[in-house]
Amino acid sequence: MATAEILAAFARFISGARPRWTGCRPDPTQRIYFANHTSHLDAVVLWALLPPPLRARTRPVAARDYWLAGPIRRHLAVRCFHAVLVDRVPQHHQHPLELLDVALDEGDSLILFPEGGRLRAAELADFRPGLWHLAERHPDVELIPVYLRFFDRVLPRGAHFPVPLLTDVVFGSPFERREGEGRDAFLVRAREAVLRLGAT
Amino acid sequence: MSALADHEMVQLLAWVTGILVVVSIVTGILRATHRDGPVRELADNLALRTRSFWIVFILFAGALVSGEIVSTLLFMVLSVLALREFLTLAPVEPGDHRAMVWTFFVITPLQYVLVAIHWYGLYSIMIPVWAFLAIPTLNAMVGDSHRFLERTATLQWGLMVCVYCVSFAPALLWLHIPGYEGQNPKLLLYCVGIVQLSDFLQFIFGKWLGRHLMAPRISPKKTWEGFLLGVGCATAVGTVLWYMTPFRAWQAALLSLIVALMGVAGGLTMSAIKRDRGVKDFGTLLPGHGGMLDRIDSVTFSVPVFFHLTRFFFAKGT
Repeated sequence: MATAEILAAFARFISGARPRWTGCRPDPTQRIYFANHTSHLDAVVLWALLPPPLRARTRPVAARDYWLAGPIRRHLAVRCFHAVLVDRVPQHHQHPLELLDVALDEGDSLILFPEGGRLRAAELADFRPGLWHLAERHPDVELIPVYLRFFDRVLPRGAHFPVPLLTDVVFGSPFERREGEGRDAFLVRAREAVLRLGAT
Repeated sequence: MSALADHEMVQLLAWVTGILVVVSIVTGILRATHRDGPVRELADNLALRTRSFWIVFILFAGALVSGEIVSTLLFMVLSVLALREFLTLAPVEPGDHRAMVWTFFVITPLQYVLVAIHWYGLYSIMIPVWAFLAIPTLNAMVGDSHRFLERTATLQWGLMVCVYCVSFAPALLWLHIPGYEGQNPKLLLYCVGIVQLSDFLQFIFGKWLGRHLMAPRISPKKTWEGFLLGVGCATAVGTVLWYMTPFRAWQAALLSLIVALMGVAGGLTMSAIKRDRGVKDFGTLLPGHGGMLDRIDSVTFSVPVFFHLTRFFFAKGT
């Protein structure tokens, strides 16, 4: 736990991140935080910005191949922030969503990047359907859009050293499902919810 | 010699503490007697500012008392904090990343190491010459030509203002002024104190008596009344404190005036940048003030000028 505290403090310092809870409070409700993805720091910093009791019950969803690549990353992902590690390319034996279902059934919150792989800075890709499936199967879990700004400057793609610029994290209000709304419409609206936060 | 063995230094620290205590008490009374209205708003803002001032002052005084190395480290941290605020607002792109890594992790620490080993010949040219040439080279090697000059110039400017200019503050600690040996911490506190006092008084007088805006398109807060009274009073205080400096009274008056005017120039320049980027403050680090750069914008312009004037007219050797 001490390592987790130190790591969280370090992540907050390096990213200079300032959480802005514009649409919700940091309450211990079970949630899926879904955000735009521009840097490997995203998941760690978002996780670090949550108050400690929430942080202990919130698991970032991260790419298995990246986080298991070395002993340090493995230790951080598994021991510190209890990441749910999924295959970027779905493997035949297990669908990645099953792991997320298990985590939600156990009462944990998730940090999810519905774009999947990273795209070029400042562009928000179309959302993949995972978020919709989770929302269907876990209707009681709150969906919170989050916008991460300037993370691609702190650690752009392919860079190894983060530079200590300031970043900005905006938490929006819970994303409401609509009766009878189809998958694609839901995903478009979810993407717009994140984009709208980016304009604030 | 420890700075605390210098009884004038203790006196100076006591003066600043006294001023902060008085301001804290006055804001406390104003807040207790005014439930709302403009006075209450001003008092609330003052209370926030005073709290930030207390923290900064305790850190600064602690560093000065702990010696030159700790003071140098403190200013290095201030530089990094200011630079990160500056570059966050600047139009940097992923192509600048390599140059920024060098800026934060090599050039900035190196500048302060050079100051700490008082190698004047190198620390006075390292950023204006070596870093100036290195940054466009690094950016060109990355191969992104989009807005190349704008991005490169921004990095160079940030380095000059947030690192180079600020590093002259600890450099004051190593100036050799005949007859003033071991008393340099006072000189640093004197210079920074005059600038901060001038800023503070300009704010107070501006709120109280301000009618005519100095530069309405750049700063909605700076007024001619605040400027004249703030700079005037700070100069008067600087003159009265001449006996703590290596200067004669008239020299102290002139230097205080120059330092306060440079502070105004720094504040206006940074306001213009903030205005252009569409923000009110550089950051949120110091409640009531904004970011670190909002607090030390005036110091960045004053300190190098104070250093070079003092060095040229009063110092010997390095």
